[in-house]
Amino acid sequence: MDIQNLLIISVGAIFISNFVLSRFLGLCPYIGVSKQLDSALGMGMAVVFVMSIASLFTWMIYYYFLEPSSANLIFKLFRNQLDSPPDLRYLQTIAFILVIATLVQFVEMVIQKTSPGLYRSLGIYLPLITTNCAVLGVAFLNIDSDYNFIESIVNGFASGVGFTLALVLMAGLREKLEMANVPKAMKGAPIAFIMAGLMSLAFMGFSGLSFG
Amino acid sequence: MSVGKEFIKGMVRENPVFRLLLGLCPVLATSSSVMNAIGMGVSVIFVLVASNTLVSLLRNFIPPKIRIPIYISIIATFVTVVDLIMAGFFPDLHKSLGMFIKLIVVNCIILGRAEAFASKNNTFYAIIDGLGMGIGFTFSMIIIATIRELLGNGTWLNMPVFGTQFEPVLIFVLAPGAFITLGFIIGGMNWLDHRRAAIATKS
Repeated sequence: MDIQNLLIISVGAIFISNFVLSRFLGLCPYIGVSKQLDSALGMGMAVVFVMSIASLFTWMIYYYFLEPSSANLIFKLFRNQLDSPPDLRYLQTIAFILVIATLVQFVEMVIQKTSPGLYRSLGIYLPLITTNCAVLGVAFLNIDSDYNFIESIVNGFASGVGFTLALVLMAGLREKLEMANVPKAMKGAPIAFIMAGLMSLAFMGFSGLSFG
Repeated sequence: MSVGKEFIKGMVRENPVFRLLLGLCPVLATSSSVMNAIGMGVSVIFVLVASNTLVSLLRNFIPPKIRIPIYISIIATFVTVVDLIMAGFFPDLHKSLGMFIKLIVVNCIILGRAEAFASKNNTFYAIIDGLGMGIGFTFSMIIIATIRELLGNGTWLNMPVFGTQFEPVLIFVLAPGAFITLGFIIGGMNWLDHRRAAIATKS
């Protein structure tokens, strides 16, 4: 396993192309759940968790069911009826969103049964994650970048960490901002967006990082 | 319930982008040029109208307990249709919009309208609502894209607007420009609201 490659993927996903600040994914929770540090941290943890698992499952779904290759399980099962592996890639969108929705529901139930403490802190954020475009986004991204199994999981985890980083930084700033004297019209979402713009500007500095 | 009111509410009073702050990811990500904004807007209008129509036609047959997965499947179907049509006929646009076409599936506007409006009203009103909301969304995207493309590139729909003397403010076509533009537009709309309210209380 090429550790250096995994490191490059992680740094890329956390800093250089941060999910929120340069890819514009997961903005709804970024603006909605960033008013308090505690809840931002909880949401971030839930996203890291779901994104890693979602990367794992969507990768398997894509390569074992949708892609027309010799590894396709549908082809293996119905070998005597099919001449060639079926190309089901057009079902990608539907398959991924249904897998993620089911997965989130399942994770919620498992956490509720096994650790009520964790459920109390993450529980309310889990249903929100289904419609978080960051999770579906990372699934598409893994496929588009031709990542292998391990790379996909690492990318999912690192993207989640990048999202958490941006969310927690934002929450810290917004708590301070409560005290600031902001013009009435700019209070709330508008000033949050401008702050996000400035943070994004700062994160653009990381694009100078290059590996070679 | 009047047709005109349902149609117009999506554009101003309940504008999904500027008022409700819904579906922001594609708004910020694909508004770096007016062409992209129009492509994204038209895709959203199609998916919104089609899913609203189907949800409203099926509203008496969908069991309430599993309605959300059913809505998501309906929406995902239409998104796949748009994705394949665009890949086939407009490959350049499809390439520059990237995965944001597929991500229309998780756009809160579409699921929100299915849940809040189409599942309770008849098909005709559902179509009107979808059209109004979709056009409101497209309209907001075009406004943001106009500002960003004019300042960041000096063009509008790829036509040069300013003379050769103009030095483009590159930051506006990059990620930070999107956030800052949207922040100022929402702030401006709040300011107008406060002003209108102040005038109303005075008189």
